[in-house]
Amino acid sequence: MANVGIVIVSHSPKVAEGAADMVRQMVGDSVPIAYAGGNPDGGLGTDVGAIKAAIDRAWSEAGVAVLVDLGGAETNSEMAIEMLSAVRQKRVVVCNAPVVEGAVMAATESSGGATLEAVKRTAEELMAS
Amino acid sequence: MDRALQRRLIEAVARTVIAHADELTALDRQIGDGDHGLNMKRGFEAVLAQIDKIAGQPLPDALRAVGMELIMKVGGASGPLYGTLFVTLGKELPAAPTLADLERSFAKAIDAVKARGKSDVGQKTMLDVLAPVQVALSSSGEGLAARIVSTAAAAAEATIPMKAVRGRASFLGERSVGHMDPGARSSAIMITAIVNESGA
Repeated sequence: MANVGIVIVSHSPKVAEGAADMVRQMVGDSVPIAYAGGNPDGGLGTDVGAIKAAIDRAWSEAGVAVLVDLGGAETNSEMAIEMLSAVRQKRVVVCNAPVVEGAVMAATESSGGATLEAVKRTAEELMAS
Repeated sequence: MDRALQRRLIEAVARTVIAHADELTALDRQIGDGDHGLNMKRGFEAVLAQIDKIAGQPLPDALRAVGMELIMKVGGASGPLYGTLFVTLGKELPAAPTLADLERSFAKAIDAVKARGKSDVGQKTMLDVLAPVQVALSSSGEGLAARIVSTAAAAAEATIPMKAVRGRASFLGERSVGHMDPGARSSAIMITAIVNESGA
C-alpha cells in the first residue's frame, strides 16, 4: 500500500491534533497521517524541525501532501521540505487549501489510491469554489 | 574576521533584538499576529546560548550557524526569512570580507529572502530596509557608517504609509497603512547594532 501521506501544520497544537483526528475518523488507517502544531516552545506558531519530523512519520512512496493554516506555517513547511533529501523533496507538496477541509478532502482522495498531483488538486478545489 | 569582533557583532545583534522584543511585538500586534518580537527573541536567545560554539568558527560557518538556529527556533515566518538571510551571507562571504564582498553578498542574500518570502521591495516587509541599505553600501566616501544607519532608520519609517501585500499584514489590506512594518523595524535595529558595534 502506498497511499499519499497527509501532514497537517497549524499554529495551534490543538487545531493540528483536532484536524488529524477528523481525518483519521474519515479514512482510518488507510492513509499515513501526521501533524505538527505550535512553536518550538509549545506556544502558538510552527516549528521547522517538528514539521520535518511529521513529514518523515507520514512518509509514503506515493508522496506527502502538506496542509497549512497561516503564512508562517507555509514558509516553515517550505523550509522543512528543503531539508529533506533531494529525492524526497520532489515528492512533497504544500497545498493551497484551508487546513481542516483541505486535509479531509486530500485524505479522502488519497484513500482511493490517487496520485500526489490528484490529491493536491482535490484539496485546492476548495479554494476555487 | 577577528573572532572576538565576530562574537561581539553577533552578540550585539542578538542583544538588540532581545531588548526590542516588546516593541517589535507591539508593532506586530497592530498589523500582524503579535509574535514577531517574541519569536525573534526566542531565536536569538538560542544563538546566545551557543555563542561559544557559533562565534568560534570562521565567519562563513558562524553566519550559517546563526541562520540555522533562527530557522529551527524562531517558530514563525521570520525564522526562515532571517535564517535564509544569514545562511546566504555565510555561503557568499569569505572569511575576511572586504566592503565589496559585503555589498555583493548582501545583494545575494536579499535575493534569497525575496525567493523565500515570494516577495519584493515595496510590499511593506524587511526587504524595504535591506534593499536600500544594500544600495547605501555601494556609496563611497566619508561617513558610510552614519549613512547606513540613517538609511536603515528612514527606510523603516518609509514602510508606515505602505500597504502590505505579503504575510499576515496583507489580510488587513488598507488597514495596514499607517503602521511601521515590524520586519522592517527589526532589520533596521539589527543593521544599526552591527554598524555601532563594528565602530566603523
